[in-house]
Amino acid sequence: MADSEVIYETDALIAEDIDAYLEQHQHKSLLRFITCGSVDDGKSTLIGRLLYDSKMIFEDQLASLEADSKQVGTQGQDIDFALLVDGLAAEREQGITIDVAYRFFATEKRKFIVADTPGHEQYTRNMVTGASTADLAVILIDARKGVLTQTRRHSYLCHLLGIRNIVLAVNKMDLVDYDKAAFDDIVSDYRDFAAEIGIEDFLAVPVSGLKGDNIIAKSDATPWYDGPALLDHLEMVGLDFDRRRKQPFRMAVQWVNRPNLDFRGFSGLIASGRIAPGDAVRVLPSGKTSTVARIVTMPALGAAEGDGDLDHAIAGQSVTITLADEIDCSRGDVIAAADAPPEVADQFEATIVWMADEPMLPGRPYAMKIGTNNLRATITDEKYQVNVNTMEKTPGKELGLNGIAVCNISTDKPVPFTSYDDNPDLGGFILIDRITNATVAAGMIHFALRRSQNIHWQAIDVTREAHAEQKNQKAKLLWFTGLSGSGKSTIANLVEKKLHALGKHSFLLDGDNVRHGLNRDLGFTDADRVENIRRVGEVAKLMTDAGLIVLTAFISPFRAERQMVRQMLPESEFIEVFVDTPLEVAEQRDVKGLYKKARAGELKNFTGIDSPYELPENAEITVNTVEMTAEEAAEYIVEQMFNGS
Amino acid sequence: MTAEAGLTPERLTHLERLEAEAIHIMREVVAEAENPVMMYSVGKDSAVMLHLAKMAFYPSPPPFPLLHVDTTWKFQAMYALREKAAKDAGMELIVHRNPEAVEKGINPFDHGSLHTDLWKTEGLKQALTAHGFDAAFGGARRDEEKARAKERVFSFRTENHGWDPKNQRPELWSLYNARKNKGESVRVFPISNWTELDIWQYIHLNNIEIVPLYFSAPRPTVEREGMILMVDDERFRFEDGEEPVERSIRFRTLGCYPLTGAVESEAATLPQIIQEMLLTTTSEREGRAIDHDQAASMEKKKREGYF
Repeated sequence: MADSEVIYETDALIAEDIDAYLEQHQHKSLLRFITCGSVDDGKSTLIGRLLYDSKMIFEDQLASLEADSKQVGTQGQDIDFALLVDGLAAEREQGITIDVAYRFFATEKRKFIVADTPGHEQYTRNMVTGASTADLAVILIDARKGVLTQTRRHSYLCHLLGIRNIVLAVNKMDLVDYDKAAFDDIVSDYRDFAAEIGIEDFLAVPVSGLKGDNIIAKSDATPWYDGPALLDHLEMVGLDFDRRRKQPFRMAVQWVNRPNLDFRGFSGLIASGRIAPGDAVRVLPSGKTSTVARIVTMPALGAAEGDGDLDHAIAGQSVTITLADEIDCSRGDVIAAADAPPEVADQFEATIVWMADEPMLPGRPYAMKIGTNNLRATITDEKYQVNVNTMEKTPGKELGLNGIAVCNISTDKPVPFTSYDDNPDLGGFILIDRITNATVAAGMIHFALRRSQNIHWQAIDVTREAHAEQKNQKAKLLWFTGLSGSGKSTIANLVEKKLHALGKHSFLLDGDNVRHGLNRDLGFTDADRVENIRRVGEVAKLMTDAGLIVLTAFISPFRAERQMVRQMLPESEFIEVFVDTPLEVAEQRDVKGLYKKARAGELKNFTGIDSPYELPENAEITVNTVEMTAEEAAEYIVEQMFNGS
Repeated sequence: MTAEAGLTPERLTHLERLEAEAIHIMREVVAEAENPVMMYSVGKDSAVMLHLAKMAFYPSPPPFPLLHVDTTWKFQAMYALREKAAKDAGMELIVHRNPEAVEKGINPFDHGSLHTDLWKTEGLKQALTAHGFDAAFGGARRDEEKARAKERVFSFRTENHGWDPKNQRPELWSLYNARKNKGESVRVFPISNWTELDIWQYIHLNNIEIVPLYFSAPRPTVEREGMILMVDDERFRFEDGEEPVERSIRFRTLGCYPLTGAVESEAATLPQIIQEMLLTTTSEREGRAIDHDQAASMEKKKREGYF
């Protein structure tokens, strides 16, 4: 077994000269890495071994580990290191890791944070999460099994997340008698695959997590191996921050610090580069320039105000800077080196990793967080999906849990960014479901789409207000929503007649009619329903721009899409009219005979039967068609329209 | 083997990176939450949190209050530092004591685990609900306990303050999703990635004031069931035959004094404390009675809303 003399020296230093030890510890750098592999590959055992050999396990933990090992361990009477690492009760019962867990250990040179993530395909999102903050990935292979589908998946995901340092740990070498040929075969297989997906370089180490070979120190069992032990490599490998430090200065503004009228500081975490007082900077997206006046930090206890100021700061530091000029700058803006500003765009190509059970739907608006910007974004086009096991590209319209796709994405306002490859802090984003607030996707920007740079909004002299004024009315969109057969079209029709009689200029967009023309290419899947509503919303918006009172009658079953249309329009122009008819009543009426067909299974994705209807939560007007006739409902709606505003 | 190629001033140390991360997290919360609060337990982790908060918002004072969920059974020295620390930072201090526990006179001598449930778990929920805090900073670290190793930095809580470990939001890069619906809240742990050693070293480097009980001194004690308890005030209940004995002790963690075990020690300076910690053979939570019940007790408590 490998001798852990490195650790022994540290112990001696602690006992003999604690100040020297503290001095040493204080200057350690930090390496974050991820371990990828399945339970079977001995991943937890390897991490447990690193913790154990670097003395991160206390005696009481060890006592409980020994007891647990005998009781539920898989190593007979020996210590089962995997038990050190398995956290949540549910996981212990199942014997697998189901989330991302973070572990800590330190050597003389570095402190390490290990992201431990499960390896199965259904946990892709967990692996992506762990990989997002890692400088290095340790990919485990069972020496008896060689490069497997999961090895490819793990490698692809690490590469996708931009990890530049890959270590191939060929584990369980003890079970193949430390055979050089077995090791070489695996490395050769892996090299072919790595080249295919663009991994330029990797280090392969023959190890045994169980026996400790080549983990802390070189093992006598593999005299033919001339590379470093795993831990040596982890201590020596270059950090991503070294790369970022050499890039141009960029910092997303998190918070404007304004304690009084004389001080205005911009706080943020420096994403790349270096900054010093006097440096010329540019604020994006406005493009305004200034120079850095101060880099302000809190002075030490008892020191004077200003004593904490830094003469420079580098990537990775959280700072507050002040500028020489009073220019507009707020949260979401990026302060950058004046001569090398990042791009600003509102349409991108990006890789999306989907992390929610509910599938991604092109056209549906999601909340997006990129840097310190909170925006609204829609996926406009799914170019292709990537099969994480075979790297095959296939066309698709939706994207399910753990799916990966290259998509075009469009945001509601221009945002400063870099490619993810350049800088994850300014090129990585998350998408959030606007109803549940769950994080549903991670995204990595490739580049801005040229059309977003070249198509500018054409300013028109006759404004939407002027259009409406000429018609002596205010533009409105009356959005009727409700089950099929609830009476939407009938009531909308009656309302329009009344408006017409009142001399109002209006237009009724009916669901069935639109599907004969504009939307005839769309079916009734969730994705098509979203696109159907998006198009109708855009058309309705153009008509309100023309000053019309627009009425639409669509089932529009999803809250998210109704919300999307609401947000296309100025506040108070969108009036949601909920035609409230219980399913039993609508089904009983069954004017078009559709419920019957749906119940018989002849009609798929029918709202209320096998596709959900999400009830409106804040409809401006609700009419109950059980209690009111269609005529009464129409009368009530017109009344509300003109009383309300 | 040669040392890692030159640690120059152009490279951040692990403590500098952890500091930058914690400050970044605190600023995100202030930018995105409506009504944040910082949980303040007066312990060493809280001391570091408070220091980081001062740094994050300097020259402004931290734009949120401190909340101490009091059990009335903390060490007297903790109450003294609590008032001073809040005053020095220029922050409002909110002290909450569960009125039900006050009324019933809940104490660690008679009520066992009910003491923690009512004063801390229930007390915390009451305070958060009563003040409508939608984000609460906590000083928990992932190295403390297995269940915590998996908790997110932004840990989402339901309206009842429950935590669902199987349904946590994925947390990528340094992007934190702080969105929530009305009534829901987030617990935020800016020092998730710090270890106990990091905390001590940071206190040492920055001269952060901590409760003197962390340093060894002769103090009146009683030994009971293998734990050394300090007789901190007149409410201490002696069992038959017990007499206070003066011992040179200190505390590795601070909680309610009748529940917190001391260690015999001569460590009176920070380097000595750190030295003792590194050479010691029991982990940090061992001194607290709360974890001993069952293996997965912390996870269970967290599901119910314990910090």
